[in-house]
Amino acid sequence: MRYSIFNVLGQAFKGNENWMPAWRDPAPKAEYDAIIVGGGGHGLATAYYLAKNHGLTNIAVLEKGWIGSGNVGRNTTIVRSNYREPGNIPFYEHSLKLWEGLEQDINFNAMVSQRGVLNVVHNDSQRDAAIRRGNSMRLHGVDGEYLDRAALQKMVPHMDYDNARFPIVGALLQKRGGTVRHDAVAWGYARAADQRGVDIIQNCEVTGFKIENGSVVGVETSRGPIRAKKIGLACAGNTSKVAALAGLRLPLESHVLQAFVTEGIKPLIDQVITFGAGHFYISQSDKGGLVFGGSIDGYNSYAQRGNMPTVEEVMEEGVAMFPLLGRLRVLRSWGGIMDMSMDGSPIIDKTDISGLYLNCGWCYGGFKATPASGWCFAHTIANNEAHPFNAPHRLNRFETGYLVDEHGVGPQPNLH
Amino acid sequence: MRITCPHCGPRTSEEFAYLGDAAPVRPDGTGVENMKAWHEYVHIRANPHGEHRELWQHASGCRTWLVVTRNVTTHEILGVEVASDAKAR
Repeated sequence: MRYSIFNVLGQAFKGNENWMPAWRDPAPKAEYDAIIVGGGGHGLATAYYLAKNHGLTNIAVLEKGWIGSGNVGRNTTIVRSNYREPGNIPFYEHSLKLWEGLEQDINFNAMVSQRGVLNVVHNDSQRDAAIRRGNSMRLHGVDGEYLDRAALQKMVPHMDYDNARFPIVGALLQKRGGTVRHDAVAWGYARAADQRGVDIIQNCEVTGFKIENGSVVGVETSRGPIRAKKIGLACAGNTSKVAALAGLRLPLESHVLQAFVTEGIKPLIDQVITFGAGHFYISQSDKGGLVFGGSIDGYNSYAQRGNMPTVEEVMEEGVAMFPLLGRLRVLRSWGGIMDMSMDGSPIIDKTDISGLYLNCGWCYGGFKATPASGWCFAHTIANNEAHPFNAPHRLNRFETGYLVDEHGVGPQPNLH
Repeated sequence: MRITCPHCGPRTSEEFAYLGDAAPVRPDGTGVENMKAWHEYVHIRANPHGEHRELWQHASGCRTWLVVTRNVTTHEILGVEVASDAKAR
């Protein structure tokens, strides 16, 4: 069923009783050409692009729980490509371009909203760094412009510009950045992949790998063994656990990141705005709630919830930038498990086991990368080699020293 | 989370700085033959579910390095000892 305005109106007149399930619920087959482990945004996008770009349709996506139950449903929905490192800008810009055409491509309303991303700066050195990053973006053909205080104040009048400790002097603006409805990304990719013949198999946990002569030949799952000569892992925070089943040890630590949403209010914050004197980002959802978050808690964790010190820190930063936030009630907070890599950048690559591919290390920037991650991972799986977009994100860069360390903080995951 | 420092008693986790897994051992020597060992030491982590032995420093207190055994799935603290004592064993 193709979704359209006529479709919506027609169904409305018939009492909305004839909608079809958006994807099938197939039993696993004995063998597939390729298996993707992990039914989150990246795994579903990978399956979709394998089918669309590379003609591989005999594919299964295996998900331990239900699709979209992990980080794709837990993030703060921000998309942007305002990076600085040469390996990162082209990759994230490719992702942003895919976001721009996504809804038409997958025939699903993902509510892509290019409302602009503002990175606020508070002093001269931050201003210089922001201008440099903007220039670096423009040299790569990405939009980025610096707004001085007067221009910023016109756009966002209600920030605390004269905060005694963190006065606001300007901001770097990426107009094409914005937000995307996160759950719809999982559902849209799932539906589009399913329509091309991909089997999405939920409640199916991978419990082992079958490896013969250094090549992967299948997986053991909670729903029985499944054979496949190509297997891609897109397991986010649980990557280390799943990869260990194949004997891999990875440069990853899993950390918890919290996010928050307030009660719904009238339109207040039109853009995505980040605080420069700490780590805080905020936007307003279409339901009216302010959605915001900060840094990871800073210690290894597989608990999908965090602790109070980070809650306090995030609220303090928010109120320092928008004092009016103090009058709002926070409705919910939650946590997701981040696969923090040792240089803060992702890994999309082959492994030493032939036929086993790896997509991990997204730190807490995985959502914006979803389309490009799936696109590049599909290319890597189909051709058994990296695309130039993900060539800098190799697994062996930690041995060779070609790190992509956006923040320049070294191999300390809780600082990225 | 509350960590019981052997010197200062139970203190909030905000007072502590986190380094990471206590398992990696610093290799001897910086020669080419040790490159693999250094890579393992600097980058590779077991990153397990459940029990995890990790290095914390009581940075805003007595500044002692500690080995904290913590369940990373529940955040329960299972044991704390001074890092030099843990190493000596």
